[in-house]
Amino acid sequence: MSIDPRVLKEEILQIYPKKLRQKRSESIVINEHREDGTVPEIKANVRSNPGIITQRGCTYAGCKGVVIGPSRDILSLVHGPIGCSFYAWLTRRNQTRPESLEAQNFINYCLSTDMQEENIVFGGEKKLKEAVREAFHLFHPKAIAIFSTCPVGLIGDDVHAVAREMKAELGINIFGFSCEGYRGVSQSAGHHIANNGLFKHIIGNDETEHSEKFKINLLGEYNIGGDGFVLEDILTRCGVKQISTFSGNSTYATMANSHTADLNLVMCHRSINYVAEMMEKRFGIPWMKVNFIGATATAKSLRRIGEYFEDDGLKARIEEVIAEEMAKVEAVQAVVKSRCQGKTAMLFVGGSRAHHYQQLFTEIGMKTVVAGYEFGHRDDYEGRKVLPGLKVDADSKNIEELDVVPDPERYRARRTPEQIAKLEAMSEMEFRDYVGMMPEMDNDAMVIDDISHYETERILEAYRPDVFCAGIKEKFGVQKMGIPCKQLHSYDYGGPYAGFAGAINFFNDIDRLVNMKIWRYATPPWQPPTQQPEQVAAD
Amino acid sequence: MARRSIAIYGKGGIGKSTTTQNTVAALAEAGKKIMVVGCDPKADSTRLLLGGLAQKTVLDTLRDEGGDEVDLNEILRPGYGNVQCTESGGPEPGVGCAGRGIITSINLLEQLGAYDQELDYVFYDVLGDVVCGGFAMPIREGKAKEIYIVCSGEMMAMYAANNISKGVVKFAQAGGVRLGGIICNSRKVDNEQEMIEEFAKRLGTQMIHFVPRNNDVQRAEINRKTVIEWNPACPQADEYRALAKAIDENQKFVVPTPLPMDDLEKLLIDFGLVDGVAPGTEVVA
Repeated sequence: MSIDPRVLKEEILQIYPKKLRQKRSESIVINEHREDGTVPEIKANVRSNPGIITQRGCTYAGCKGVVIGPSRDILSLVHGPIGCSFYAWLTRRNQTRPESLEAQNFINYCLSTDMQEENIVFGGEKKLKEAVREAFHLFHPKAIAIFSTCPVGLIGDDVHAVAREMKAELGINIFGFSCEGYRGVSQSAGHHIANNGLFKHIIGNDETEHSEKFKINLLGEYNIGGDGFVLEDILTRCGVKQISTFSGNSTYATMANSHTADLNLVMCHRSINYVAEMMEKRFGIPWMKVNFIGATATAKSLRRIGEYFEDDGLKARIEEVIAEEMAKVEAVQAVVKSRCQGKTAMLFVGGSRAHHYQQLFTEIGMKTVVAGYEFGHRDDYEGRKVLPGLKVDADSKNIEELDVVPDPERYRARRTPEQIAKLEAMSEMEFRDYVGMMPEMDNDAMVIDDISHYETERILEAYRPDVFCAGIKEKFGVQKMGIPCKQLHSYDYGGPYAGFAGAINFFNDIDRLVNMKIWRYATPPWQPPTQQPEQVAAD
Repeated sequence: MARRSIAIYGKGGIGKSTTTQNTVAALAEAGKKIMVVGCDPKADSTRLLLGGLAQKTVLDTLRDEGGDEVDLNEILRPGYGNVQCTESGGPEPGVGCAGRGIITSINLLEQLGAYDQELDYVFYDVLGDVVCGGFAMPIREGKAKEIYIVCSGEMMAMYAANNISKGVVKFAQAGGVRLGGIICNSRKVDNEQEMIEEFAKRLGTQMIHFVPRNNDVQRAEINRKTVIEWNPACPQADEYRALAKAIDENQKFVVPTPLPMDDLEKLLIDFGLVDGVAPGTEVVA
């Protein structure tokens, strides 16, 4: 059964009213690798259309939930009614491992000013100050982050002024985020606001020096299901020192110290590219886009680290680790591939995951037929090369862009422009670059931004993929259509999926998911039995 | 008589509180039982009836006592002619949300039983610029059924009145509120009465009374009194009695038809913003 995606696109669009049809037609694109190296333009990072049942979340989620939250010893205090913090209490699997039982860890707490009607009418700054004092006396944190929720922006509570005042009063680092839920079109605005805060208030505050030779930061790694643990282990075995992640399993101290690294590795481009760029401008630390999702991808990324540091000993150790790990991977990969070869997948999730997890599917012979991001921008789809031509709309102009200059004392270009050029001349050693999702998808693959519930149903009906990857909000609707749904935000409480060990986990989990014939044993009461159990067992 | 609930709107500073209190005094003099609910964080809508600013506002009780254990008698006080006076209150300038405050205070008044008394009239005096949803609380379902907009012959006052009418249309369609008329609070503008009469007609309503400008109003205010209390025999007192009677006997309640900006400006030009030009003459700008 061959599907013409162009025809399918037109069919899908038919149901929409004219104006909406026009808008959605710019966000549904058929992939094409053109001769000049470009791909078709896709409309992304614009407001969701009312009624569409979007996958997206809010700006507060992107700021507190995604970027700052995973850091275990920054006390995250939410200024707002109780719902925003209660429903974000341990709802994300950003794991953390304190150094000891006594070490500070606030991840298990839910901290809120619990704004009441009175605080809305008369202002809530007084209550916020009291909450900060109370938190300080209870926990003695090194830092307190204050997050604004929707009502805060409406009534004009100045969390930044409160933060400054309390910082002076209590003597610890306190900073606020204007991340009201409605600030941007999606979580992405929250990422940007968080990145600005990290850069203004945390990075560069700790000058601890490290004697290790090869020092990196891992940006955009949130340690979901232990991904970060796996990667730190691999890097350590290669002899690479990870100063900090941003922000899975991180602490205030590691992030404050991160400017002492010599290379920044960017996993999730969408949520953390801002910090990478700013750290290069301020401190002279180059950054590379890496991908540790997929065994082949992990091996490639490790080798690029080796090339950057230009050290034979390091490169040798990297090859040892790769050889050791790939042997284990290939054993499982071969078996799983024999069962999964030719099957199809769809991914609609996040701002980077929908791209990178395609790699894992490729390694077991599965093809991605349709994919798209929840909150990606055009550069996440088409590559960073479109950045200069990007039109910044009013919703995005709303988000502050920091003006960054080289730090007078601490700027130290880790590599000269000539050294960078020499490295880039080697294959696949680009700096400050990300090719985007579409150049790595097939011709004629369908790409859909901010997919609607209706569009999801239509493509599932048309393609009947073997697996659909998304999040909790999509999971049950998809599975009710008889198609397995793999959660890539929570990993369905499994994982880790990063690195070599993670790839093995993923292969096994997908194998079970797409090859499970269990539902054929079940006959709904309104249907006559289609297969006898003995026949099914024989399959 | 069946209870009538009336909301008074109009440009800030146009004379809503003054006009309301003076009209209420006339109604009270005529034996009506009335409650006045001030809907302005400044809490100055009942000063002339109470002989001074209210001691405690509804929202004060929310802040101090958390809404429980509140004595209605502390926030609802009798003034001239036994008019029951209460002030919503609200945050000080620059903080919080006054609009939300109005919503909260009216709900609180309901809960406390302020509306359970026997009343002929409830008057809501609402602050000038209806900048957000909260200030439309008095004209939502179940509250004020009639609106009077205080206006003068000045351009900005008429713009405001026209704008407020647009808001009224929205609530008229959803609930039962209607515009009862325009009260012209004179600023001695040329052709003011004719202009406001025409303006009201174009809005689909009436100019319910023309209140002349008179220093007695200021004199009474300085003495923290309505004109009727301060000098019942003066001509201005009779003006307010006439306005009260017009409201009391009013039968004309409409969904207004706000003017497009061009039409409003043409009206102003036609009716004598330009010196020495007779009313109705076409003026080429």
